Order: sequence, then C-alpha cells, then structure tokens
Amino acid sequence: MIEVNHLTKVYGDHTAVSDLSFSIDPGHIYGLLGPNGAGKTTTMNIMTGCLAATEGTVKVGGFDIFEEPSRAKALIGYLPEQPPLYMDMTPEEYLRFVAQAKGVTREGITKEVDRAMEVTQVTSMRERLIKNLSKGYRQRVGIAQALLGHPEAVILDEPTVGLDPIQIIEIRELIAELGREHTVILSSHILSEVRAVCGHIMIISHGKLVASDTPENLERLFTGSATLELSIQGWKDDIRETLSHVQGVHSVSFHQTDVEDAVGVSLSTEPGEETAREVFYAMAEARLPILRMDVKKASLEDVFIELTSQENDAALDSEDSKKAGEKTEEKAKRGGGGE
Amino acid sequence: MTAIYTRELRAYFNGMTGYVFTAFLLVFAGIFTMIYNLNNGYTNFEYVVGNMSMVLFIAIPILTMRTIAEERRQKTDQLLYSLPVGMTRIVLGKYLAVLTTAALPCLVMCLYALALTTFGDINIAAAAGSIVGFFLLSAALAAVGMFISSLSENQAVAAGVTCAVMLLLYFMADLASYVPDSAFASFAAIAVVILILAAVVKIMTRSSLAAVAFGAVGVGILTVFFALYQDSFQGLFARVADGLSVFERFYLFVDGVFDLTAVVYFLSIAGAALFLTVQTMEKRRWS
Repeated sequence: MIEVNHLTKVYGDHTAVSDLSFSIDPGHIYGLLGPNGAGKTTTMNIMTGCLAATEGTVKVGGFDIFEEPSRAKALIGYLPEQPPLYMDMTPEEYLRFVAQAKGVTREGITKEVDRAMEVTQVTSMRERLIKNLSKGYRQRVGIAQALLGHPEAVILDEPTVGLDPIQIIEIRELIAELGREHTVILSSHILSEVRAVCGHIMIISHGKLVASDTPENLERLFTGSATLELSIQGWKDDIRETLSHVQGVHSVSFHQTDVEDAVGVSLSTEPGEETAREVFYAMAEARLPILRMDVKKASLEDVFIELTSQENDAALDSEDSKKAGEKTEEKAKRGGGGE
Repeated sequence: MTAIYTRELRAYFNGMTGYVFTAFLLVFAGIFTMIYNLNNGYTNFEYVVGNMSMVLFIAIPILTMRTIAEERRQKTDQLLYSLPVGMTRIVLGKYLAVLTTAALPCLVMCLYALALTTFGDINIAAAAGSIVGFFLLSAALAAVGMFISSLSENQAVAAGVTCAVMLLLYFMADLASYVPDSAFASFAAIAVVILILAAVVKIMTRSSLAAVAFGAVGVGILTVFFALYQDSFQGLFARVADGLSVFERFYLFVDGVFDLTAVVYFLSIAGAALFLTVQTMEKRRWS
C-alpha cells in the first residue's frame, strides 16, 4: 500500500532521515517508534507529501507522492503532530471544509462528515468553536479530518501527546477501532502505547530503521538469552552439580529467596522453553524439588533501549575515539550474548 | 479551490477583518465625498476615489496580513500541504476571497456615486472608470501583500512590511526624481535595486548562493548594457521608476482615461506576486 524506498532527508548539515526503506501492507496498525528527534515526524511529513525528500521515493498505492501528488494524497489521511485546526470554526464547519477540499462530492459531504464525527465522538461538540474545545476533543477533530474522503491509510503523528491518561486510553481505543477499516500508521516515543495498539512495530533511531517486526517477534528475536528464576529445595553443591549436566544453561548463580527452606537460583539459558523443561526433569531426577520457577523474557522495553542506545554508542564512538575501545568490548559482550 | 475560497471568505466575515477593512475604506470614502462633492460642490466623484488610494496603505495590510502568515503560525499550513489540491489552486482560492472582500467597498462606492446623481450632473463614466481603477489597484497591492504575508509567520511583521512596500511604491517616482540625471547615477541606482531584490531572494530561498548568483548576474547584465548603451542610461532610473509606479497608473483612471495597458500592468503585478507566493509556499516543502 505504501512503499518507502531509500528515503533520505538532510537539513543543512543535519541528516534527519538516512536511507530509510519499509513497506506498509494494508489492514494493519503500524507503530513508528523512536526517541525524540529520531526522524519520525520528518518521515511522516515526507510520506504525506508535506515535505520533499532529499533522496528516495514514497509510493502510495502505486502513485509517487511527488509525481502524482493528488492521486497519492487522496489515498491517505494525515494528522500532523499539532492538529491543523482553524480556531475560528466549529468542528462541523471545519470538517465540511476539509471534506470539500478533499474533493468529496456535494451530496456526500454531510454523510461523510457525520460519519467521521460519529467515529471520533465529536458529534456533541459539533457547534462549539474549536478554540473552546479541550485538547482531547481537538485531537479527535484532527483525527476526524484525517478520516474524511475514505482514505485507505491514516497516518497519525504522536496522536496522544499532551493528553490526560483517560483521553489517552480513549484515543487508543479509537485508533484500534480505526484499524478495522483503515491501515493505520502512528508514531510515538512511548513504547507502551505502541505495544498496546500496534500489530507491527518499526523502531527508528537517528533516522535509520533499526528493527521492524511484530512486538512478539521483536521480543523473541532480541532476547539473546533468557533468564530462569528458580527456588529449589536442596544443597547448593547438589544443585550446581545437577545443572552442569543440563544442556543450554550458560551460568548459574545463587541468591536468597523468600521461599522457606529453598535456595534462590538464577540461570542464564538459551531462549525458549526447552531449557526450562530440561531443568525441570533434571531436578526431578535428582530429587531436588523446584518450588517456584519463573521464565523471564527480555521486555520490549529492553529491546527498545538496546536498539536505540546501540546507535548512541556508535555516535559516541565516532566522537570520542578514546572510549571507543571500551565501547567495542561492551558491544562484543552484548553481541556475544545474542549468538 | 472553492473550498478554500469559501473558508477564507467566511473567516473574513466571521471575524472582524472583513468588516474593519470595509468600514475603514467607507469612512474615508464618506469623508472625501463630504468634502469634495457635498461641501465644495464638485461634480467629479473620481476626486474622491483618487484620494482613496492613500487609505489603501492601511487597508491592504489589514486585508492581507493574516492570509498566509496565520496559517503558518497555527500550523494549519500542514493541512494545506497534505490536501490533494495543488498549491496554485490554494493560493488562488485565498486570493479570490481577498478580491471579493476588496470588491465590497468598491460596490458601496458605486452607490455613493449613483446617489450623488440625484443632486447634480455627475460624470458617471469617469466615476465608474476610477472605481474600476481603484479595484484593480487594490487587487495588485493585495497580491503583493499576500506575497509578503507568505514570507513571515508573524502577522504584524507582514502588515508592517506591506505598508512600507506600498509607501515605497507610492513615493517611488518622487524619490527617483532625486537621483541625478547622469548616466552613472542611473546605473548605480538600478544596481542598488538589483541588490535589494537579491536580498529578497535570500529571504525567500534561504540560500546565499541563489541570492549572490541573482545579484551577480543582474549587476553583470546591467554593467554590459551600461558599457554598450551608456547614452540611454541618462535619466533612465527616473523614467523606469515613473513607468513602473503603480499609483501613477491609477491616477490615469482618475483623470478619466481608461488605459488598457494599465489594466494589463495591474494584472501582471498581481500575477507575478501570486506566482512568487506559490513558489514561496512550494519552497517550504523543500526546506
């Protein structure tokens, strides 16, 4: 539906987006995730034709956004970071204006505007001036604007920024709702938000795409090693001896546990549940009862921090050659864990 | 385009701008009618219209300052950029709304002239011609105002610069007459104008290279011409300034001449200013 190819945007001597490529398939909710200043807004502005790319192309439904802008733009609805609302209009007037400008037929306008207001629940505010609306409602009007003209894809730039927690939940529900009829692409720097609504996550850091997959796959892929937390009844030496025969256990460490008469054991293992099963059988055979077992996966948050901070390291490396050695070592360790 | 046009027109008359603009012009039209036609008993309504040109210094900035500057400040220009409508159509839509608003006081002034016919022998043709001239003058200046509004995101700055530019246009012919008649003085004065235009290019494109290139090529061509046809540079600047003066063209209408070249001239100014506006807006996509 949307093809982004080798997109690069340079502002003066600052590269905001560098060689970014991805494609958006219809019918999913995509999350563009990245820390502030990663190039999310720039990418979205280019995808919607508001900004020209220095290099690379964007194709929407097969139409190049710069070669055939009107046909490409008709397929997308865009909510910029700051909703582009005219304060001196009411939501109804504003939406009618946008619908007309998007080329909705005269007969279709009323129907279309009513539908957009209904979906975004602004019908009750239709006759108030936009300047008197709360931020949450303004955001809704902004989203309603993006929905006019039946776009196949809806692109939302930080749709929940600056809203209170209840409004955030409402907007998220709204986005999930939209995902049923449209392809939705939203950007955010908040991981939990993307995790909550998106079926596919693209992580951007320093203008580069560093990961793109479903949340589950990201967690799995970037979990170099899993951690097993156990509470086992028995002697430390026996436990250590038994574990040394189990395949897939990298290291063993002991600690206190709140389970009575048991030793706390932390295992660094191969990812996957296979090792946990092996540990269970080995312990059962050695008659060392496991009283508690937790499989800890690396959270998406860890993935996010790891991916975006790697880029930071790289940036630091080039700036500070003295530290480069240490950093490389650290990276090697981290990389080693992943193999 | 119709959507933009309707929205802009509604913005003028939902807020104060449209009324303030109309009232401002009509108050002065009333005052001048009072002085010339009622108190002094002149039968020439065109005198009233002639004096109205000064009022445009304030009225035009009121009309055009927010057109594009406000879109940028409120970030609603993002919407315009993402609409499946070309920038030319957007700018034209806005300009048509400006023209409609500018036409309103002209129509009311026609009523003034018609009302006066009941009291005396008013030259209707001259009155109508001067009002048409006044509308064309407003149209040209409003396009310039819109262009200036597209350069800034601050309405007040846009208004101030528009006012200054109009004053400059008004006094251009007078000021130019102060430039000595010598060929070299004309050469120097034209070179200065080219350098000022280069500065405008710099503001528009934010590219020093483009500005320097524009200035260098302009001055270069000028120097070549100066070397070849030194004689014709005698008093050239004053003649050019006089020929280009927007207001001098308008006074032709007031004098009862319906000059088609002046019509073409006003339309060209409007066209050029609108073209530059579209380019400034498009340029912003590339910044």
